[in-house]
Amino acid sequence: MTTQAERVPALVEQFKGGLAAPICLTWEWTYACNLSCAHCLSSSGRRDPLELSTAEMKSVIDELQRMQVFYVNVGGGEPTVRPDFWELLDYAVAHQVGVKFSTNGLRLTPDRARRLAATDYVDVQISLDGATREVNDAVRGRGSYDMAMRAMENLAAAGFGEFKISVVMTRQNVSQLDDFAAIADRFGAQLRITRLRPSGRGADVWDELHPTDAQQRELYTWLVAHGDRVLTGDSFFHLNALGSQPIPGLNLCGAGRVVCLIDPVGDVYACPFAIHDAFKAGNVRAAGGFQDVWQHSDLFADLRRPSTGGACASCSAYDVCQGGCMAAKFFTGLPLDGPDPECVKGHGAAALTAVDPTATPRPSGDHSHRTVSLGMPAVRTARPDRLCDESPLAGMAGTAGTAATTGTTSTTDGEGERS
Amino acid sequence: MTADFDTAEPYRLNPAVALRPESFGALAYHFGNRRLTFLKAPELVELVRDLGRHPTAGAALTHVPEERREACRRALASLAATDMIIPWRGGTGVQP
Repeated sequence: MTTQAERVPALVEQFKGGLAAPICLTWEWTYACNLSCAHCLSSSGRRDPLELSTAEMKSVIDELQRMQVFYVNVGGGEPTVRPDFWELLDYAVAHQVGVKFSTNGLRLTPDRARRLAATDYVDVQISLDGATREVNDAVRGRGSYDMAMRAMENLAAAGFGEFKISVVMTRQNVSQLDDFAAIADRFGAQLRITRLRPSGRGADVWDELHPTDAQQRELYTWLVAHGDRVLTGDSFFHLNALGSQPIPGLNLCGAGRVVCLIDPVGDVYACPFAIHDAFKAGNVRAAGGFQDVWQHSDLFADLRRPSTGGACASCSAYDVCQGGCMAAKFFTGLPLDGPDPECVKGHGAAALTAVDPTATPRPSGDHSHRTVSLGMPAVRTARPDRLCDESPLAGMAGTAGTAATTGTTSTTDGEGERS
Repeated sequence: MTADFDTAEPYRLNPAVALRPESFGALAYHFGNRRLTFLKAPELVELVRDLGRHPTAGAALTHVPEERREACRRALASLAATDMIIPWRGGTGVQP
């Protein structure tokens, strides 16, 4: 919602120059994950030995409180496999940093769901990439659909209220949009859909999974009709060139302006889809902490300068699509000042034909589960339970922290300008 | 919580709302309903912040230049509708 006292530049224009602190900060708490989703944008799987300690995490939370970052989007990896996850969650909430965490549902037992329902300032986002078991598990792995459904049942039964269901749109699930909406309705949840990016392992499956031109049109039409009930963040502004009616949401690239990512080892990137040295602005362990990176890094200063549009400047759609997604261009090998690979005018597809697919940038880090030659995941069968263990299941036997206080509701949570 | 905004009544910034200064004005965050609102003029920020010091919302609005008063009144009404500012029944017009 926007409150306008008089004629001032549009908020989107204000956002381009950056804010005093991010309003959509994604913070990945671990690279460890029990799943190995084919399109994981952070190539997660194994814990990184250099991940921030509990004390370091708390010190970042203190800093976010000082900067008045009112909430963070916590992800991973699977954040709940951190042994100190619940402790950090409680610490953040107690320091006026609300948490919306993304999970595949691994630890959302009936008991935990009840405790979450009784915690203010906490929101939960369940990842689901298919409205059917078949479509979901093809991308997220066997058993992941049932795990997500169980978690949603537990949240609904606990009276959590409107949690989020987060869907990455792929060629396999665009046709299921109504089914996703029905699942959300069934659980009293809100649907959130985001764009598949060729980031992390997503680069390996992007060619086969990114929506077709016809599906992009289907998606746009669906969003124009239903977008007011669905969260999209800044995912789909590139589709605005398909029609005269803008889709709801934040219609600009927020990278380094209103959005950024803190990864599990404290590196700060311009956005969650840009885990690459080219978009690394600094590290929270440095002397000036996160605030110095956000306010003074050369990279973010650069992203906040007005851009000319480059090769897109002469396109009639530039005003609405803004050249699309920086990360999508980068990881498909396209120049940043040219069209998005999914440009609805077809300029991206044309540009891609000139790209050498073997020369596209690779993510800076890969924490994927190692596999052996038979294709079996290299998971230990014993039960080591040390803090440094790289198994995402480390600490699972331990008890979790406590949660307290009263009920929770939600509305916007950084999903962009609502006017 | 969407009682009609009445300039004859005293209002104050909801204690559940925090204001974060920004170059264009401020970002207001409601910790209760998790709504983010952008106050897009420094003048409006000042008005909202000091609202509780005035006996009525109308009295606070008299400090705004007349040509922008109606726009500010509409902004306050929209803030009242989203619980960002609340009726202040303390009666003294003085915020503790």
